[in-house]
Amino acid sequence: MGSKTFKGGVHPYEGKELAKDQPITEVLPKGDLVYPLSQHIGAPATPIVAVGDKVQKGQKIAEAGGFVSSPVYASASGTVKAIEPRRVAVGDMVNSIVVENDGAFTEVSYTVCDDVTALSKEEIIEKVKEAGVVGMGGAGFPTHVKLSPKEPEKIEYIIANCAECEPYLTADYRRMLENPEELVSGMKIILQLFDHAQGVLAIEDNKPDCIEKLTELVKDEPRISVCALQTKYPQGGERQLIYAVTKRAINSKMLPADAGCIVDNVETIIAVHNAVKLGKPVTNRVATITGDAIENPGNFLYSIGTSYTELVEAAGGFKEQPEKIISGGPMMGFAMFGLDIPTTKTSSSLLCLTKDEVSAMEPTACINCGRCVEVCPELLVPSRLSKFADRGLGETFEKWNGLECIECGSCSFICPARKQLAQSIKTMKKQVLAAKRKK
Amino acid sequence: MSDLYHVSSSPHVRAKDTTSRIMLYVIIALLPASLFGIYNFGIRALLVIVATISSCLISEILYNMIVHKKQTIDDLSAVVTGLLLALNLPVTLPLWEAAIGGAFAIIFVKCLFGGLGQNFMNPALGARCFLLIAFAADMTNFVTDTYTGATPLAAMRNGEAVNTMDMLIGRTGGTIGETSAIAILIGAIFMILMGVIDLKIPASYIISFVVFMVLFGGHGLDGNFITAQLCGGGLMLGAFFMATDYVTSPITPRGQIIFGICCGILTGLFRTFGANAEGVSFAIILSNLLVPMIEKLTIPRAFGQVKAAKKEEGGK
Repeated sequence: MGSKTFKGGVHPYEGKELAKDQPITEVLPKGDLVYPLSQHIGAPATPIVAVGDKVQKGQKIAEAGGFVSSPVYASASGTVKAIEPRRVAVGDMVNSIVVENDGAFTEVSYTVCDDVTALSKEEIIEKVKEAGVVGMGGAGFPTHVKLSPKEPEKIEYIIANCAECEPYLTADYRRMLENPEELVSGMKIILQLFDHAQGVLAIEDNKPDCIEKLTELVKDEPRISVCALQTKYPQGGERQLIYAVTKRAINSKMLPADAGCIVDNVETIIAVHNAVKLGKPVTNRVATITGDAIENPGNFLYSIGTSYTELVEAAGGFKEQPEKIISGGPMMGFAMFGLDIPTTKTSSSLLCLTKDEVSAMEPTACINCGRCVEVCPELLVPSRLSKFADRGLGETFEKWNGLECIECGSCSFICPARKQLAQSIKTMKKQVLAAKRKK
Repeated sequence: MSDLYHVSSSPHVRAKDTTSRIMLYVIIALLPASLFGIYNFGIRALLVIVATISSCLISEILYNMIVHKKQTIDDLSAVVTGLLLALNLPVTLPLWEAAIGGAFAIIFVKCLFGGLGQNFMNPALGARCFLLIAFAADMTNFVTDTYTGATPLAAMRNGEAVNTMDMLIGRTGGTIGETSAIAILIGAIFMILMGVIDLKIPASYIISFVVFMVLFGGHGLDGNFITAQLCGGGLMLGAFFMATDYVTSPITPRGQIIFGICCGILTGLFRTFGANAEGVSFAIILSNLLVPMIEKLTIPRAFGQVKAAKKEEGGK
C-alpha cells in the first residue's frame, strides 16, 4: 500500500540531513529569560509575580487570562527584573516577564501520577490546562480547549502530527527516535478522553526509522496505529493531514472535530505526557538550530524564554554570516531582524541562511501558467486571488474562496514569475476578515 | 544597525523554474519541428524563422524603448512567438511579410495590451490570421520545388487520396512547422515530461475534434480520414503548442477541458463546413476570446467544500 497524501503540494529542498543525525542536547540558559505573555492563541496571560520577586524553575508566573488562554511558567530560577513589552519572533511588541537568571536552577517539586488510568477526564484536562500546554507545532492553540470539543463521543481519530513537512526541521524526528515512549504515553492519555477514538501516528515516509520504531512500539496497543504519509509539503497542514489519514475534507469554517478528528503535534503530545504523568508544566522543548550559516546544526532541548542568541551559541555560532534568520521553517517561518528575540512555547526551529534568495528577486509578469493552481492544497487559484488582492477586490476575492487559504506558501514557492502570491493573499485575507468582524 | 538581517514574507525558498526557463523549454520542444521544416523545405525555411524571430525581438525592444518600459526580451517569450509564427507560415512567403507578421504579433497583439501575460489572443496566431487577410495569396501559396500540389487536407477535400504515412513523417506541403506530426509529438512529449504542459487541453481538443469529425465529417469511422485530419492542417502544432499557451488559455482545470473542447468543435466546424480545409488558427483564437467567460464559470471548489455540503445534508 502506498503512502497516503492529499492533492497538490510541493517538494522543496529538504535540508534535513544538516541536523537529522544530531541527538537532542540540553542547553541551560545563561542570560536573562524573557516570557512573552502571549505565547498562544487567545487572551494574554496575567502576571502573578511582581518586579523583585524570586522565582523558581517550574513556578507559575502568569495565570491564564480566560478559557482560551494558557498560563506561563518560569523555566529557570532567578529574580523578576521587569514586566515590559519585548519584541517577539513575529515582529510584534508583546508584554513580557523578564527574569534575571541566577544560574542555580532551583526547581519546584512535581507530583508524579502513578496511575494515569485512574484519572477522570476532567482531571486530565485540568492538568493539561494547568501545565500551560499549547499547540507547539507553531499555532499555539491552547490544548485543553482542543481536548474539550462539544461532543467528545463523536471524536473518532486522534492524529499525532508527526509529518514534520517543513524543510530543515528535525526536532520532531529526533523526538520520535529518542522519546517514542513519551509520545505513545501522551497519546494514550489523550485517548483516555475519547472513548470512541483511535490514535494515529501520521509520519511522512522520509522518516522510515521512525515509522519502524513506532510501529514496533504500538504493536500491542489496540487503539494506536502508525500511518505512513507521502513526503510532500504541506503534508502536516491540519486539513491536509486529516484528509490523508481519514479521507475527510474540512474547510475553513469547520473544526477538525467536525470531521471527528483532533490533531496534535509530537511536541504537544509529549508535553501532555509531561503534564499528566510527571506533573511538569511546559518549561522546555526541542528546537532545530540549523541552516548553512550554522557551525554545528543540531537539535536542542532548551528552556523556553532563552534568547535565540544563546541557542545559536549552543550550535557553535555562525560559521558564515547569515543574510537571513528565520524562526520556524523556510516555508512558513518568520524572518527576524535580529537574534535577540526570546523563544516561546511555539519556537520549533531557527534557520540561518547565508543567502537570502527571496528578497532580491524581481517579480515579473504572471504568464498564467497555472502552476500555483496545480500545487495549491486548498484547490484555489492563487494567481487570480493575488490579483484581486492587489486591486482590493474583497468580494471577488471571497467568491474565489480566498478565505480558504491556509497560507502554506506553496504558490509563491512554485511561481516562475517570482510573484509574492502568498503574501498578497495573506494580507487580503486579514483585511476581509477584519471587515467581517466589524459588521 | 548594521547587523539587521533580511526580512521578507514567507516562504523563504523558491522552486527552480522561472519564466525564461519555461520559455526555453518551449523553444527546445519546437526544435524537432523546426529542424524538420528546414530539412523538408530547404534553407529558406531558416530564413523565414530568422526573419520572424528578429522582427519580434526588435519590435519588443523598440516598443519598450518608446514607452519607457523595462526591457523584457530576456524572458524569451518574443523568441517563442517568433518561432511559432514562422512554423505557421508557408516557406515561400516574402521575408518582409514574415517580418511584418512578427511586428504585428508583438506590438498589436501583445505589447499594446500590456505585454507578456496580458494579451487575450495568442500573438503568433493573431499575426498569422492578420497575414492571411493582408497577404492572402502569399499566405496560401504552398507550391515549392518539392511539393507542387495542394496541402494534404485541401487535396482530400478535392477527393484525392493522401498518404497518411507521409503525413505522419511530414513529407508533404504545408506551413514550415506543421507537416511532421512525429516531430511535433516529440516536442510535445518533452514539454509534458518537463512539466511545461499537461494533457488537459491537447487531449480534450483532439478527442472532441475526432468525435466531431466522426459525427459530421461525412466519412464516419474511416481511420485513414481521421488520421489525415489529425496530422494535417496544423492540428498537432495547434493542440500542443498554441492552444496550450498559458496566457490565452484558462487557468482553471475544468476550464482548460472546456477550452480544449471549444477548440476541437470549432476546428471540426471550420474544416467541415468552412471555405477552406484548415481552421486551427481561427478555432484557437476564437476560443481565446471565450477564456474569461470560461474561467468565471469554472471557479474551482475549494478543498472541503463539496464534502461539507454533503455532510450537512447527511446529518439532517
